[in-house]
Amino acid sequence: MTADLAVVGAGPAGLAAAATAARLGLRVTLLDAAERPGGQIHRHPAGGPVPRAARRLTRRLPYAPGGRAGTSAPGRAGAPRASAASRDRDRVTYLPGHHVWTVARDGDTWLLHAVAGVDEEPAVVRARAVLLATGAHERQLPFPGWTLPGVVGAGGAQAMLKGGLALPGRRVVVAGSGPLLLAVATTLAAAGARVPALVEAADYTAYARHAAALARNPAKLVQGALHGGALLGRGTRLLTRHAVTAAHGTARVEAVTVTGLDADWRPVPGTGRRIPCDALAVGHGLVPQLELATGLGCATRRTPDGTPALEVDAGQRTSVPGVWAAGETCGVGGAELAETEGEIAALSVTGRTSAALARRRARLRAFADAMAAAHRPGPGWTDWLDGTTEVCRCEEVTAATIREAVDGLGARDARSVKLLTRAGMGWCQGRVCGPAVARLAGHDPAPDRRPLSCPVPLSQLAQPPGAER
Amino acid sequence: MRSRTPRATPAPFTFTFDGRRVTALPGQSVAAALWCAGILAWRTTRHGGAPRGAFCAIGTCFDCLATVNGRPNRRACLLPARPGDTVTTQQGTGHDR
Ligand SMILES: Cc1cc2nc3c(=O)[nH]c(=O)nc-3n(C[C@H](O)[C@H](O)[C@H](O)COP(=O)(O)OP(=O)(O)OC[C@H]3O[C@@H](n4cnc5c(N)ncnc54)[C@H](O)[C@@H]3O)c2cc1C
Ligand code: FES
Repeated sequence: MTADLAVVGAGPAGLAAAATAARLGLRVTLLDAAERPGGQIHRHPAGGPVPRAARRLTRRLPYAPGGRAGTSAPGRAGAPRASAASRDRDRVTYLPGHHVWTVARDGDTWLLHAVAGVDEEPAVVRARAVLLATGAHERQLPFPGWTLPGVVGAGGAQAMLKGGLALPGRRVVVAGSGPLLLAVATTLAAAGARVPALVEAADYTAYARHAAALARNPAKLVQGALHGGALLGRGTRLLTRHAVTAAHGTARVEAVTVTGLDADWRPVPGTGRRIPCDALAVGHGLVPQLELATGLGCATRRTPDGTPALEVDAGQRTSVPGVWAAGETCGVGGAELAETEGEIAALSVTGRTSAALARRRARLRAFADAMAAAHRPGPGWTDWLDGTTEVCRCEEVTAATIREAVDGLGARDARSVKLLTRAGMGWCQGRVCGPAVARLAGHDPAPDRRPLSCPVPLSQLAQPPGAER
Repeated sequence: MRSRTPRATPAPFTFTFDGRRVTALPGQSVAAALWCAGILAWRTTRHGGAPRGAFCAIGTCFDCLATVNGRPNRRACLLPARPGDTVTTQQGTGHDR
């Protein structure tokens, strides 16, 4: 069967797009690497109900094996308006547990190749149009001790708690930069962890420069204030213009050093203090996940924090005809923007537009740009590295080795550093160390270029593709 | 199949980690179950032999690799735990011994 539209990613953007496209009469195949729908924000435990906020999006998903989607939205609030929703459901094929590793053109259709399920079976989907809604992952800036057990991604801690009901420790410092930190600290505290400090490298007063964008988003301001209030009531200290510049411990993290920063994120000598903890949740904002798109040759732009994101037109079309994109792949901006872009993209696939949605997107995008500018990592953070800090976690390449490649051997970009030192050549293909290596080489990161979006069993690369779904 | 009511508590089960019994909830990832048991590391690195566990928790970083039922290089943050699984600390590439 050839789908009218294949959607990659079942987060807010992909779900909104699939539901809208089905409502407009398209046959949609929705693929997601995760087992449950909702993406990063609506992550929830297996067997538990889909979070209320996500039901509006998931009620148009068809019944899936194991009742992962539509089945777990019972009763009242989530009740499908019988006929319309069930007709739309018939038009959506939902494939959870499908990680798409490449998209290729085949005549006037697209072939999406995926590895499916725990046993990594091959799967292929054929479609007339493709929508990429693959979201983002966390930006990490290394510091001494960041490879100790107990140091975890801030979004990762959030994901483990929401999806697996697990905490990394009982006394968790939350650090890095960006609005996600507030959400993470609040969730951790609500789950019973003590959060002694929330350490933010940027200065919230940077927002004042973007007063216009903020004034048009009062809901966001209220949300932010609530987060802050709830936390401060629980004994969390908010330290802005500070960073965790070292984690200490032997078998696991036992304390962190928190240091004041100047406007360029350079640690200010003499301002360090130690905070005991048994875990650290750290992240410096999010970066769009682009490899499927760049594999297709889609053009990118730079967002105000220096990060590459997909370039799309008013209808969410990428530069490659037949390929649309929505959500954080087009620039990090939160769930509401992702959902709005998903709807716009689905309308655009069928040749429609909506002035109201376009206005909402413009307002939310302006806010996202203001946030990105406020939390853009300053160049001075590299001063908190010491020579032995492993910048590339996979290949265990230290800051000293990378600096030697740059200063001694003349490497001018991340690619040459990689060839000389193996930084970025390991399992994660530079997803984690990429932004840091680029900065050490003296520039902003280039768009992802990876041949495969995930490790694919060799047998599948060598064999003719599996049965089309 | 048992009917699913919103408040039904799913029945926990066990698997082993380096011979020790660990309790998991249905659908919980291997990494989440290990965290709940207070275990943060289940791999040692290839060069430095340093301990590692889950870092990104969403399948991106590959720090959480474990050997599960004899198969190395499984991402513990993505892999749902199953009753009776045998999880062992992965040394280096997992193919060394
Ligand atoms: C770890 C993490 C935790 C976060 N937690 C929160 C939070 O608690 N609150 C909040 O407001 N925001 C959170 N965010 C921000 C979040 O990204 C946005 O709020 C919002 O979810 C973005 O929606 P999206 O649809 O663009 O992408 P996402 O929600 O990220 O959805 C993308 C989906 O695409 C799938 N995918 C990616 N690549 C592939 C592929 N190759 N093949 C198949 N499927 C693929 C993923 O499995 C995912 O489900 C978090 C982000 C991250 C990275
Ligand atoms: S913790 Fe990053 S891949 Fe599992």
